[in-house]
Amino acid sequence: MLIDIRALSKKYLLGAVEVLALNEISLSIERNEYVAIMGPSGSGKSTLMNIIGCLDVPTAGSYTLNGQAVASLSDDELATIRNKEIGFVFQTFNLLPRADALHNVELPLIYKGVPKAERRIIARETLEKVGLGDRMDHKPNELSGGQRQRVAIARALVNNPSIILADEPTGNLDSTTGEEIMKLFADLNAAGNTIIVVTHEEEIARKSKRIIRLRDGRIVSDEAVEHEAAV
Amino acid sequence: MIRDSFALLGEYTGMAWQSIIAHKMRSILTTLGILIGVTTIITIWTTIQGLNTYIGSVLSDIGNSVVYVEKYPWVIKGDFWKYRNRKNIGWREYEAIRRHSRLARAVTPQVVASRVAAYDDKKLERVAVLGTTETFTETGSVTPESGRFFTGADIRNKARLTVLGAQLAEELFKKSNPLGKRIRIGDLKYKVIGVLERQGDFFGQSRDNFAIVPIGTFRNVYGQQRGLQIAVLAATSAELEDLKEELRGILRQTRKVPAAEEDDFAINQMDQLTGFYEDATATLYAIIFIIAAISLLVGGIGITNIMMVSVTERTREIGLRKAVGAKKNNILSQFLMEAIALSSIGGVAGILIGLLAGSLILSLLKVTGGVDLSAIFVGFGFSAFVGVVSGFYPAYKAATMNPIDSLRYE
Ligand SMILES: Nc1ncnc2c1ncn2[C@@H]1O[C@H](COP(=O)(O)OP(=O)(O)OP(=O)(O)O)[C@@H](O)[C@H]1O
Ligand SMILES: [Mg+2]
Repeated sequence: MLIDIRALSKKYLLGAVEVLALNEISLSIERNEYVAIMGPSGSGKSTLMNIIGCLDVPTAGSYTLNGQAVASLSDDELATIRNKEIGFVFQTFNLLPRADALHNVELPLIYKGVPKAERRIIARETLEKVGLGDRMDHKPNELSGGQRQRVAIARALVNNPSIILADEPTGNLDSTTGEEIMKLFADLNAAGNTIIVVTHEEEIARKSKRIIRLRDGRIVSDEAVEHEAAV
Repeated sequence: MIRDSFALLGEYTGMAWQSIIAHKMRSILTTLGILIGVTTIITIWTTIQGLNTYIGSVLSDIGNSVVYVEKYPWVIKGDFWKYRNRKNIGWREYEAIRRHSRLARAVTPQVVASRVAAYDDKKLERVAVLGTTETFTETGSVTPESGRFFTGADIRNKARLTVLGAQLAEELFKKSNPLGKRIRIGDLKYKVIGVLERQGDFFGQSRDNFAIVPIGTFRNVYGQQRGLQIAVLAATSAELEDLKEELRGILRQTRKVPAAEEDDFAINQMDQLTGFYEDATATLYAIIFIIAAISLLVGGIGITNIMMVSVTERTREIGLRKAVGAKKNNILSQFLMEAIALSSIGGVAGILIGLLAGSLILSLLKVTGGVDLSAIFVGFGFSAFVGVVSGFYPAYKAATMNPIDSLRYE
C-alpha cells in the first residue's frame, strides 16, 4: 500500500476558535491509482493534499507513506521525502520567474544532488515528455498558462516520484487547456504514475478512476469511476 | 549536510548572482558601506606594508651597532628649550671617547655644512659638506666605488682632498672621470680622490648628494666651535648597551655633569627611529581597526536590512524550494551566499580602489618596492566575514520558514 491514512485529523486555531479542517479521516491509496478529490470550498481538500505531500503534519491520527510513518520525521527528513516521493502541481504554477523552463524543471534534481550535466539531460527528457521540447529556454512570462502548468508538471515528474499531487491544476486555465492537462495526467497514469488531483469540476473528476468526496473534513463518498471504454 | 552545501556551492553562487543582477541599483547601494570600509582598510594596509618593507630595507643599511653622541635626541619628547640650552658636543668629547672607551671599535666625529659645489661650468647649490675622519668607512658603512677613502695621514695633514657621493659626482662630472679633478666647495678647491658607492634614495631624498672632506680641513675653514656628532661603533652589537653606559660615564665626566643632574647630551641609536616608527604605525593600525568596526556595523546593517527585504520578497520562492526538497541548510546556504556575494562585491571594488590609492600614496612618498598583495586576503576575509555575520539572521529566518505558509504568502 502506498498511502495509508488512519483516523487523521487536522485542527487549526484561529484565535480562540478551533477549526477542524480534517476530522478523523481514514483512507488508503494503492500504487498506480488515479484519484480525484472533490468537495465544496473549505471542506479540507487542500489540507489533506498538503498532509499527503508531507508539506504539513496532522494533529492526530497516523499517515504511512510507502511503509514509513511520517509523524516521527524531522523537517529535513520530510524535505527528503518531498524530494524523492512527491511531485507537486499547484493551481498557481509556482515557477521561479527569473529561471527558464529547463532550470525550473531541474530544481528538484539540484536538491537531490544530481550533477549538472546529468540534470540537464533528465530535465530535457521530462520537458519533452510533457510536449515542451521546443520551449526549454523560455521564462515563465514567455509561456502560456497551459505551457506553464506543463513546466510545473515536468518539475513534478522529474524525480520519478511515487505520487503526483495536483491541487486544482486546471483552476487557472480555460476549459480546453484544462482538458489537455487532464489528458496529460491520464497518459502519465497509464504510464504507471500514481496521481491525486483536487478539482471542483465533475467532468474533470470523471477522467480519474476513483472519486473521493469530502465535506466538513470528512469523507462522504469514495467510489470507482465507470469508464465505458478502455483507453 | 556540510558536504551537500559544498557540492551545491556553484548553484548557490549562481543563485546569488542572479538575485544581485536582478536588483542592480539596490545591490550597489547596499554594498557601498563595505566598499568604503574595505577601501580605507586596504589603502592604509598597503601604505603601511609598503613603508615597512621600504624602511626595513633602508634601516638595515644603516648600522645597528652604531650609536651617535649628539646634543639633541632624535625623537624629542617634551621641552625643546631644555635641549637648546645644552653645550655643543665638541672636540674635547671626541678626544675623551677615543682615549677612554674600551668598548668602541671606531669613533668618528662628524660635522656638516651646506655649501655650493662647482666644477667647470657646473654649479650646484646647497650640497652637504661632511667633515669627518678615516673611520667614517666603518661607522657610516660606506665603501669607495672608485678611487679611495681618506687615510689617517690625509686627516692629520688636513689635506684639501674630497670624496664624493655618487649622486654629486654624477651631476658634476656627467660621464667623465672625477678622480684627480679639482672641484670648488664654498670658496676653496679640493682634489677628488674617491667616489662612494650609491646608497639610493630615502623618501625621494638622494642619500648620495654630498662631499666629504677631512674634519681638520673643515674646521679650519668653517670654524672650530661648530657642534659635532660623534658616531661610535661597538666592538660587537651584543655590547651596545654596555658601550652606551660607558659613553655616558665618559661624557658626564668630561662635561662635568653633577651627580644629581640628568645627562646634558643624547646618545642616539637606530632603535629610537624604529621605535618611533612602530608607535606611529600602531596608531594607524588602531585607525584601521576603528574603521573596520564602523564599516562592519554600517555596511553589515545595510546588508542585513536588504537581505530581510529579499527574503520577504521571495517567501513563495522559499516555500517552493522547500516543497521540491530543499532542506533548511540548502536555504540557509543560498541566502548566506547571497549576503557574502553582496559584501564581496563591495570588498573586491574596495580592494582594487584601495590598492590603487595605496600605491599612489607610496609613489607620492617616493617609496619604491611594490605593493604587498596580502591586502587582497585581508579585504576578502573582511568582506566575507561581514557577509556571513550580517546575512546570518535573514538566512536563518528563510531557512526556518514553514513551507505551506510560505507557499500561501501573497
Ligand atoms: N493556515 C490555516 N489556519 C487556519 N485555518 C485554516 C488554515 N488552512 C486552512 N484552514 C481552514 O481549514 C479548512 C479547510 O481548508 P482547505 O484549504 O483545506 O479547504 P479546501 O477544501 O482546499 O477549499 P478550497 O476548495 O476553497 O481550496 C477551512 O475552513 C480553512 O478555513
Ligand atoms: Mg484548496
